[in-house]
Amino acid sequence: MPSFDAIVIGGGTNGLACAARLQKSGRKVLVLESGAEPGGAALGHEFAPGYRAPGLAHIVNMIDARVEREMDLGRHGLAYASLNMPSTAVATDGDHLVLEGEAGERVTGLSEAEQRAWGELRTQLLTFAGVLAPFKAMTPPRIAAGVGNEYMKLGKLGFSIRGMGRDNFREFLRMLLINVYDVLNDELTDPRLKGLLAHDAVLGTWLGPRSPNSLIHLLNRLSGQVAGRRAAIALPKGGMGSVAVAMARSAEALGVTVRSGAQVSQIVMDGDRAVGVVLADGEEIRAGTVVSAIGPKATFLGLVGPRHLDTGFVNRVRHMKARGGAAKLHLALRGAPDFRGADLGTRLVLAPSETAVELSFNAVKYGKVPERPVMEVVLPSVHEDGHAPSGHHVLSAVVQFAPHAPQTNLDAARAEMLGRSLAVLEDHAPGIGDLVEHAEILMPYDIETRYGMAGGNWHHGELSVEQMLFLRPFPGMAQYATPINGLWVAGAGCHPGGGISGAAGWNAAERIIREVRG
Amino acid sequence: MKAEKTVRPDPRLHYLTPLRQTPFHARTSAANRLNSWGPWGGYTTVLEFEDLAMEHSAIRNSATVYDLCPMVKYRVSGPGAADYLNRLTVRNAAKLPVGAVHYTIWCDDAGKIIDDGTVFRLAGDDFRICCQERHLPWLLDSAIGFDVRVREETEDVAALSLQGPCSYAVLKAAGFDVAALKPFRMVTFPFDGGELMVSRTGFTGDLGYELWTTPDHALPLWDRLFEAGAPWGIRPIGTQALDIARTEAGFIITNLDFVPSHQAVREDRVRSPFEMALDWMIDWDKGHFTGRRALLEERAKGSQWAFVGLDIEGNVSAEQSIIYHDKKHEVGQITAACWSPTVKRNIALAYVKRPYHAGKSGNLWVEVYAMRELQYAKLMLRAEVCERPFFNPARRRATPPGMF
Repeated sequence: MPSFDAIVIGGGTNGLACAARLQKSGRKVLVLESGAEPGGAALGHEFAPGYRAPGLAHIVNMIDARVEREMDLGRHGLAYASLNMPSTAVATDGDHLVLEGEAGERVTGLSEAEQRAWGELRTQLLTFAGVLAPFKAMTPPRIAAGVGNEYMKLGKLGFSIRGMGRDNFREFLRMLLINVYDVLNDELTDPRLKGLLAHDAVLGTWLGPRSPNSLIHLLNRLSGQVAGRRAAIALPKGGMGSVAVAMARSAEALGVTVRSGAQVSQIVMDGDRAVGVVLADGEEIRAGTVVSAIGPKATFLGLVGPRHLDTGFVNRVRHMKARGGAAKLHLALRGAPDFRGADLGTRLVLAPSETAVELSFNAVKYGKVPERPVMEVVLPSVHEDGHAPSGHHVLSAVVQFAPHAPQTNLDAARAEMLGRSLAVLEDHAPGIGDLVEHAEILMPYDIETRYGMAGGNWHHGELSVEQMLFLRPFPGMAQYATPINGLWVAGAGCHPGGGISGAAGWNAAERIIREVRG
Repeated sequence: MKAEKTVRPDPRLHYLTPLRQTPFHARTSAANRLNSWGPWGGYTTVLEFEDLAMEHSAIRNSATVYDLCPMVKYRVSGPGAADYLNRLTVRNAAKLPVGAVHYTIWCDDAGKIIDDGTVFRLAGDDFRICCQERHLPWLLDSAIGFDVRVREETEDVAALSLQGPCSYAVLKAAGFDVAALKPFRMVTFPFDGGELMVSRTGFTGDLGYELWTTPDHALPLWDRLFEAGAPWGIRPIGTQALDIARTEAGFIITNLDFVPSHQAVREDRVRSPFEMALDWMIDWDKGHFTGRRALLEERAKGSQWAFVGLDIEGNVSAEQSIIYHDKKHEVGQITAACWSPTVKRNIALAYVKRPYHAGKSGNLWVEVYAMRELQYAKLMLRAEVCERPFFNPARRRATPPGMF
């Protein structure tokens, strides 16, 4: 058994990004992935004979630019079937809106006045998003002295924020923590556009559009990039799994050892220091640096265990909010559905208004399945072969909101969620029900079981203002270091959160390289 | 005389009696000639029965009984109990033998003291914590990840403290032979159809025992002690007499000598084990315990405060006085003080800023305002840092104890 300088637990996007960066620094790195292959939530699976579902994520919209560039993902096979997917706000009467270009630069179907209003709002949102974007690619600063804040970088960012000009800066401060519903209703009138934007803002969160701080999620989304294109929505060639494959190949090409089917059951402690891991089969592997790219809750409550931690710290881990509100729906269709003429190659958003999004959130607050869930639909089989048998299609949808802790039993809630999702789809694409050969829906609790994400939350813990930046994953531990020497965290539970990005993993590796001599 | 009918009080009327009565109330209230009561942990308890000087004198010269029921008791049981206590407290509970007791403290993440108390190992995986303050939520949160059950049993236990040089003789006369019982050990006797646990522990720094039974045997226990102890002049004591005795013994009380970290509002009021001179208890090698990392850092960097005994000139007690260096700079505060009738010295417990506890302790003064017929006399009295305990008799540890 060769020896390693660092072990990375979890071969998802963050684990692979972290491993690659550490390996580049001259360390020998081992990635341990519990699944049959690395990739985590980016990994696709066959959910019906001949039909491949894209996994938990079905589009790429915020891949970290450093990861993309330094891991040279293009050379390792990552290409895009579509890089600037338009979005369609699907209307039940066929009067759709189509948003094209960077963050809906051009919208077909809007009145002239609304077009102008949107143009102004869009410019403003993109300005704000641009200010926030650099923070994602750095260790979050902490409000304390002597904690290794990157003051030079922070100073430059502060300067760039002021560079917006006084009026914009004032608006930035006013709007930063506001709810998206109010912003949309201040500036816009078209319910289709407001519905789509409200939907996008709360995607993957446990917030309704009227919840405080919901605008920042829209800004976060708009600050993403793919292949140098801001706010892009991209579909990788060969399915989402090819992102994972490219990352794993790149890491291996750099010299990282990736072991699949290796379930870590415990972090080995020597005194007060993490010195390695024990696998489920009892094998012990040692290394001077142990990085956990799985969730903070699973890391501390499971792999480390409370007896090595302070009681107050364990409380903070336990109290980290992790409620998943999104279900994942996969349909095997024997033909192409007809969303009343909408282009199936676009991202289809079924959210008739901002109020509809809010109403669907109301239900989950009380552990119920919403009457009319809203959803984002992608049909990867429209873009290329290989996802479904010829002439057949795969429909992948993120359906919101789904209760993570339903009042009724789990199976009943799942059946109800599927039924209501299909009903909404039927309203938008009449006849789609007859095309369904097989349906799979993953509720938040199924996502928790399958992907190990606490509460089924995509971010391994809710991404919300009170759990962002120096408060992520929780107060007192926000710079990828842990109370245990030699143990670091690098998963989506850390700043800047989840999504197919790798930013958290890359940031963590940068921090480790800075703090630990190789 | 007609037997009194027992009437269950209407639970809705609880507000009429905000303080509970201990299982010994029938006896303590009968003996409380001064009708001097004070609240303690939600119970009404006696401050002074008859005569403070006589009560304190009895602690040092004969035998005394003190009602301990308001002490908070937690039961910790299960296969993970020792591991749990090792993570919760700073001492090594795994090393505590069955039938033994140790004094310990527990800290928060920052290494600041939450409370102190005694841990009794009743069986291999069965412990009792006896402490001053209530903090069940913290104990339950600390139980996460351990195979252990934690519950409060304050009301299930009736306890008396029997203290004084004649306490062994009284126990023997009462039919409990504890000749072989060493300090910090316990033994169980059948009593009154139930059980009586006797531990050689106490809060007076003298020979003494604590007696533990269930509330239904409380009054028979009291009666047995007073009947057997009459030849030795046994008497009940209130909290005021005990407070003098504990000051002589140099013992601290949570919320009097330090503010528990979960209750402190002001940032600088919390204290670490180093700052309360309790760091000797910490077992650094037993594995992790809550606060360990912060305490390691404090050990390396140094602490801000120290806790000391003071010997003050004169005979005017210096309760709550401010301590000055060179009569000018405030460097600390007295938390407990008395003129000690036992050692005939004017003693105090105090916290002082480091290094005034040692290196710069040569020029300390306390400012005392002595009330003299409605007029304060301001005194600046010289104080010297001295060894604790102030009173530490050999009879406290002798086994078998002396038959005084």
